[in-house]
Amino acid sequence: MGVNSMEKDNEKKLSFLGCIFNGIVTENPILILMIGMCPTLAVTTSVSNAIGMGLSTTAVLVASNALISLVRNIIPDRVRIPIYIVIVASFVTLIEFTIKAYFPALYESLGIYIPLIVVNCIIFGRAEAFAGKNKVIHSIGDGIGMGLGFTLGIILISAIRELIGSGSIYGFTFVPENYRAALFVLPPGAFLVLAFLTAIQNRLNLPSATNKKDGCNNDCLHCTLHKQPVTAEEEK
Amino acid sequence: MEYIVIIISAALISNVVLSRFLGICAFVGVSNKVETAKGMGAAVIFVILIATAVTFGINNVFLEKNGVFGLDLTYLQTIAFIMVIACLVQFLEMFLKKFVPALYKALGIYLPLITTNCAVLGVALTVAQDYSNFVRGMVYALGTSLGFCISLILMASIREKIEGNDIPESFKGKPIVLIIACLMAIAFTGFSNLNFG
Repeated sequence: MGVNSMEKDNEKKLSFLGCIFNGIVTENPILILMIGMCPTLAVTTSVSNAIGMGLSTTAVLVASNALISLVRNIIPDRVRIPIYIVIVASFVTLIEFTIKAYFPALYESLGIYIPLIVVNCIIFGRAEAFAGKNKVIHSIGDGIGMGLGFTLGIILISAIRELIGSGSIYGFTFVPENYRAALFVLPPGAFLVLAFLTAIQNRLNLPSATNKKDGCNNDCLHCTLHKQPVTAEEEK
Repeated sequence: MEYIVIIISAALISNVVLSRFLGICAFVGVSNKVETAKGMGAAVIFVILIATAVTFGINNVFLEKNGVFGLDLTYLQTIAFIMVIACLVQFLEMFLKKFVPALYKALGIYLPLITTNCAVLGVALTVAQDYSNFVRGMVYALGTSLGFCISLILMASIREKIEGNDIPESFKGKPIVLIIACLMAIAFTGFSNLNFG
């Protein structure tokens, strides 16, 4: 199907609010699509980190979605990926400056994960799957929805980890010192919390990428799930 | 001795996947079979080493204050590095296809997947920011990519072993992979008590 006919198909069912809802609920990037795993696991040691990371990613996503959607008819199809990369990397650099200038403590604790927003699967995934094919207004809605969905997802994970691991949520202490399990703020805790969240989803049969046999089907440039490389034997 | 310490601390103590969470997508996605994991691991080592060498050069020649332009352009690191890595992977693919077909056949299908593997960009940025000595930076890159390779192959071997096991219904698929990753991460934290004093 060509881009034009696809655009017409999409226009019928898309609305600005619909796109936002889709990102937060129906296709939540963390809980349903399971993309953008690196920041999901790395920065969720505390709720404040998660909010910072989530909102920075949202800002980059909205801006890059809007710009990519604006120029989608100008750029030739064959060079679109490098152009997407430059657009996304520019916005990430801007966000990096902003955080460095106004939130130095957050900049310290997020560290290398801020420049790594560039290779966050959600951003390229949405550029490729949505912004490159849809109108500007819908792309902005999609950016806001996906970004907020991502933010809410990592806030959920970080709340669990912070509560069990350091006994507090957003710095407010709830659990006395002797009842904390420090494992949860260490790296293994991240895997454990995500494992149980996906297991609960499987149990309740919620629509998640993990419930399908082939895994994530989202057309994501970065994600390796949908293009499992063929092994040598299979090739023969 | 110093280089051995760098390699061990990069590969085992702060393992790129299990304690720094870089390259998780590939770690979960390409760890079905040991054969594929080996190919992917080799391709990652190859690309990380070349990308780090090239980005280190670009950083020192163009972006640093005492470079060609005499301006502090290090804020362009993110844009420059991701472009360089993307181009490099393309060139590598073409080069290998033309001149080293055997290696291309072994690594070829994994190369496009690596462009946006965050481990590559992560290592390039870390080396550019923390290492001023080229050899030490390269040794660090080697250690990190070895660490990626080790954890990927370990994960693939475990997944092959548990294939026929009786896993609870709700843990089939991704959850069990994440549980294995969790246990591996616990095991790897044991390395943090290594003391080279």
